[in-house]
Amino acid sequence: MRLGQATGHVPKEGLATRVFIRLLLALALLPGLTAPAAAQGAASLPAPEIVKAIAEVASNDAAVQEAAAVALGKTGDRTLLPLLEALREGSVYVRSLPGGKQETVIVGDKVNEGDKTLVPLFTAYGREPIRSADGKPLLADLSMLQEVPTGRSLRLVLRPLIDAFSGTTQLADPDWTVRQAAAVKMGNGGDAGALPTLTDALAKEKDRWVRYAIEEAIALIQLKSGSSAERVNAATRLGALGSGDALDRLREFANAADAPPALRQAAADAVKRVERWSLLTQTIQVMFQGVSLSSILLLMALGLAIIFGLMGVINMAHGELMALGAYATYVTQGWFQGHAPGFFGYYFLVALPLSFLVAGTAGFALERGVIRFLYGRPLETLLLTWGISLMIQQGLRLWFGAANVDVISPTWLSGGVPVMVGIQLPYNRLFIIGLATVAVAGMYLLLFKTDAGLRVRAVTQNRGMAACLGVRSRRVDALTFALGAGLAGIAGCALTQIGNVGPELGQNYIVDSFMVVVTGGVGKLLGTILAALGIGGLNKIIEPGLGAVFGKVAILVVVILFIQRRPSGLFAAKGRYADS
Amino acid sequence: MRTRERWTFLAAGVLLVVVLPALNALPQGSSLRVSDFTLNLFGKYLTYAILALGIDLIWGYAGVLSLGHGVFFGLGAYAMGMHLMLEIGAKGVYQNVLPDFMVWNRVTELPLFWRPFNSALFTLVAVVVVPGIVAAVFGFLTFRSRIRGVYFSIITQALALCAWLTFNRNAMNLGGTNGLSGFKTMFGFPLHEAGTQRGLYVATALCLCGAYLLCRWIVRSPAGRVLVAIRDSETRVLFCGYSPAAFKLFVFTVSAALAGVAGALYVGQVGIITPAKIGVLPSIEMIIWVAVGGRGTLIGPVVGAFGVNWLQSLLTTHYPDLWILVLGGMFVAVVLFVPDGIVGTAQKLMARFGGARAADPAPQPPTPHPSPLPKGEREVTP
Repeated sequence: MRLGQATGHVPKEGLATRVFIRLLLALALLPGLTAPAAAQGAASLPAPEIVKAIAEVASNDAAVQEAAAVALGKTGDRTLLPLLEALREGSVYVRSLPGGKQETVIVGDKVNEGDKTLVPLFTAYGREPIRSADGKPLLADLSMLQEVPTGRSLRLVLRPLIDAFSGTTQLADPDWTVRQAAAVKMGNGGDAGALPTLTDALAKEKDRWVRYAIEEAIALIQLKSGSSAERVNAATRLGALGSGDALDRLREFANAADAPPALRQAAADAVKRVERWSLLTQTIQVMFQGVSLSSILLLMALGLAIIFGLMGVINMAHGELMALGAYATYVTQGWFQGHAPGFFGYYFLVALPLSFLVAGTAGFALERGVIRFLYGRPLETLLLTWGISLMIQQGLRLWFGAANVDVISPTWLSGGVPVMVGIQLPYNRLFIIGLATVAVAGMYLLLFKTDAGLRVRAVTQNRGMAACLGVRSRRVDALTFALGAGLAGIAGCALTQIGNVGPELGQNYIVDSFMVVVTGGVGKLLGTILAALGIGGLNKIIEPGLGAVFGKVAILVVVILFIQRRPSGLFAAKGRYADS
Repeated sequence: MRTRERWTFLAAGVLLVVVLPALNALPQGSSLRVSDFTLNLFGKYLTYAILALGIDLIWGYAGVLSLGHGVFFGLGAYAMGMHLMLEIGAKGVYQNVLPDFMVWNRVTELPLFWRPFNSALFTLVAVVVVPGIVAAVFGFLTFRSRIRGVYFSIITQALALCAWLTFNRNAMNLGGTNGLSGFKTMFGFPLHEAGTQRGLYVATALCLCGAYLLCRWIVRSPAGRVLVAIRDSETRVLFCGYSPAAFKLFVFTVSAALAGVAGALYVGQVGIITPAKIGVLPSIEMIIWVAVGGRGTLIGPVVGAFGVNWLQSLLTTHYPDLWILVLGGMFVAVVLFVPDGIVGTAQKLMARFGGARAADPAPQPPTPHPSPLPKGEREVTP
């Protein structure tokens, strides 16, 4: 097998070796660059038929030349890639050896010395420098060499061969995303010459997503340039694969009057299947986006809701506490870059608790410093926290600058996991969903399974009675506020992975999270969760139809209509304390 | 009116309506002359004062904190702005009857909702009625279902955000982010002439006096007493057989209409209206004018609108970075230390030291602690 031959020079096991070979190859591709001596190990003596083809490629007969080039290409031997590339560039020459024999060589960059033009020589097989007896690279007089002609038709023959080489290389890449991308590219290219390479790759491929991409590519190529029977087969397979890339071409065949009926039928069936599949994937996609947005809202609203439940006050500075968390992440990242670049991937694990601490401390100071004087005056507290938010925002702007700062995602949070054909779930979104789930679970345990939570609930329900029964309500206030603020910090830290970090970070989502809290009701965990899911999901459902702006307006209308029915949110406080 | 209040009102009115414009009309170079710039700046502050009066009516008296008054201000301003845009006619950059931004956006025909604004009379009515209707519908939906307190504030803030987002859209045919500007004439008078601006200023000052009298009439009427009662205990008012929703709806609508008038006068004098004037931040900035001046008094908002905006002009010219910090600090300081605002505190001091004469029972300053519970405790609010 062709690919088998190609890898014949590469130990099958040993990723490092493969990477190394790839590196060498990349170096060899650079024109005029002397291949390092280490490459000699990779290039053993060529097989006799290759030697013959190398000689023939220098022929003056175009037909012989092309046949030889194709033969070389078909070997799949990557050591020959430099030769093919050199042929295309026209830097292949023939030199006469002392024994009357002729040798095909590749020449490097020209050097002018006096009136002579000197060129370094390289072997045709492997592009290694040819050395003179004293071990120095051999320089030859260009006029003494015979140029190998490269005609237009030869170039046309060479192109797919070279492309197939690069495709083959990429299809053997250790990184599955590279392999997948290569297969997709070859499929979209639709070049029949790539078929054998793809078939080989498919036989060896183990990753199901790459296998899928290769199968799709094969079918796409066959649909484009296969025989009639192959096309029918390909169309059916594309339908079964649910290939979104093939949809346009399948439609063409389904509507083409001159296509054979069997093909038209197969294409029409395939279109139906693909459309059904894409409807499914889109639905799932929208649902995932909805859940993702909901979890962001939930992370933000959680802290807000706890504070709201406790004091009946919307903390307008919540968004800025999030910004504090985000900037704490930024600073942590900077520290890791400067002091521990080796552990950079772990900065986020440090930043997460740190942003909790920073925002939590700020919240604690806020409560102890000013807000505790304003209990029982919710509107004044609202204005006060707004003032605080302006000051924090401007402070961040003066300290870090008004422009957004860059927070680089750790590698383990970039990319995504494919779950279905056409659906890839980004790791950062999954992480945020997970974080929101953990935060909610943690809050539940804290509020309902610990003594501290019992106190918080007691103060939320009836401050005076709780105080009478010995709950230190002031301390509960301060700590709960700090906890809510800390949750804001965590939300801010999470937001750095999906959006811009700037002084206005908090403002983008804040009104949405207010709506979540208002819809959810006072201090009810379940209400907040349901409201976040509802608003986030609704947002993503409405958005495609109405656009982002009118989607927001529609949400406001829905929320207003909703609280017509339930003025105090989903789960209103009941009983004698329900109203002042 | 009591004698002293009447004299104060007359003196302030004459100063604003007659003296300032007269000083502006003095020949150039006269040492007493008020420059066109200053008069224009005063005119702008006066429109803010009208707006602040409206906010005071709903917040200071009825205890309803609206964080969306920028929307009503903007609606009035846009209504007037649309008329002024149409008055430009074919004298714009593109020599087209359509406003320039429409030509730029490849709109070929005047959108339907623009057409009535060709009429000056319709515009003058719309300036009051459009914000009024929007407020009435919004207020009906919210007050009817007893959305109050923080809930109402948050909902109005969302309204401001939505309005801002909507007005920013080019598809709305309202000029997008750039808003409406480049006006040439107002009801036939060239806007760039000092005389027209002086006239506009006088109209604004008269409107402010009118708004003051209207608000005074409302808060002194029995309905005004009910409003104050609602502020102090809405539930009790409800149990006494009144409908707090109806009173609040009425006063919210009046407040929005005043904001609309303020917006219309603003456009003529400033010459531009953009969505930036109606967003979340400007809407909440208006609140601070009232809070600084003193809510629950009618002088307070006027003083606050002048004072805060004057400070803003001063700071943004000399220390642009500082202004936002000062603004934030103002929110904190006013709420913590002077909850009655400048005027409210002054009145309290006068009541304490000035004896019985200064004690005016009618416009009560708001109680900082509406709760009958001891300090530090709170009512359980929904």
